[in-house]
Amino acid sequence: MNTPDQDNANQKRSETAWAPPTARMKVGEMTGSARNINVDGRQPMSPLQGFGQMWQKTFKVRLSGVDKSAAEVMQIWKENFPKFQPPENRFYPSMAGIQPGEVLLIEAKVPPFAGLPSILPVVTGVMVLYADDTTFTVMTPEGHPEAGWNTFSVFEEDDVLVAQCQSLCRPNDPLYDFFNRFMGASSQQDKIWIHVLVSLADHFEVKGQVTTDKVLVDPKVQWSQAKNIWHNAAIRTMFYVLGTPLRWLRPKNRPSS
Amino acid sequence: MKANVTMTVRTAGQNFAVIDIKGEINAFAENALMDAYTQASSTAARSIVLNFNGLDYMNSSGIGLLVTLLIRAKRQNQRLLAFGLTEHYQQIFELTRLNEAIGIYATEEAALAAG
Repeated sequence: MNTPDQDNANQKRSETAWAPPTARMKVGEMTGSARNINVDGRQPMSPLQGFGQMWQKTFKVRLSGVDKSAAEVMQIWKENFPKFQPPENRFYPSMAGIQPGEVLLIEAKVPPFAGLPSILPVVTGVMVLYADDTTFTVMTPEGHPEAGWNTFSVFEEDDVLVAQCQSLCRPNDPLYDFFNRFMGASSQQDKIWIHVLVSLADHFEVKGQVTTDKVLVDPKVQWSQAKNIWHNAAIRTMFYVLGTPLRWLRPKNRPSS
Repeated sequence: MKANVTMTVRTAGQNFAVIDIKGEINAFAENALMDAYTQASSTAARSIVLNFNGLDYMNSSGIGLLVTLLIRAKRQNQRLLAFGLTEHYQQIFELTRLNEAIGIYATEEAALAAG
């Protein structure tokens, strides 16, 4: 049985780590020139609201010889999170950084087909669902390629620090599911997390060997969620890009009526 | 790190198995939770009820475990119910939208009556 003080301490620890209650994502003041076109006002999506098969993918790298605590490594990871991404996957944290409830905007480029260069833009984002000293989790919005969570953590295993990315996600809609199954989008996503872990290991001058473990949690496709395609960020980004000349032509100073 | 949680399983009537959770639910609680679920399922219960009255702390990995548990229960045509969540964790269930799939009740009696 806990004392009331212990209960209060646990409650406070939890309240500071979890994002505040919200039904819709809100984008705060951003760093850089990120476009906010597919995130503000979108509902957060758990793996339960997605369309395709649910996978849990775990990527790990051992940081052998790194003489830091798990919390110190995580602090460095948080501060350099955008820098550790591959060049075609740009993250823009808010001014507040990786804090519970904050949104990170993403401007990514994806290949049209497996093996081709990444040229198709997708503008999206994620919300920091949870963050403590050694872990943080981001949750995707409606329209994101995946519905679910990505958790980044640092912990000790056999006296060695281990950095881990774990995703628990489904493709968000039928189009993303098609691209995952037949166009190599799933392996493209895997490469991103491997790149992030190798970059983190490089930062500590460790030759990182990333291990991958994939578990099919739910083989079922949820046809009831096919409607998610309405918010598809890839389609909406394409229309946004196609509409750029029209926005240029639009008069900037309309006379007030 | 070791798991800092204990789970005990008991039956409540013919159709319910209750898992009493005491401690922290995080990534290290996976074996304890899945073992408890296996034991609960062996009772042929149609509904698995999670008792969160003894929950000290739950992080995002813990929420992920509950999703995995939910999928396992669904495959067995079982319902997953919960009671004893503090207001804070009820809000977390809403934020993560687990409340759309797990029935949440204030008390064990309410959970058993609804199930």
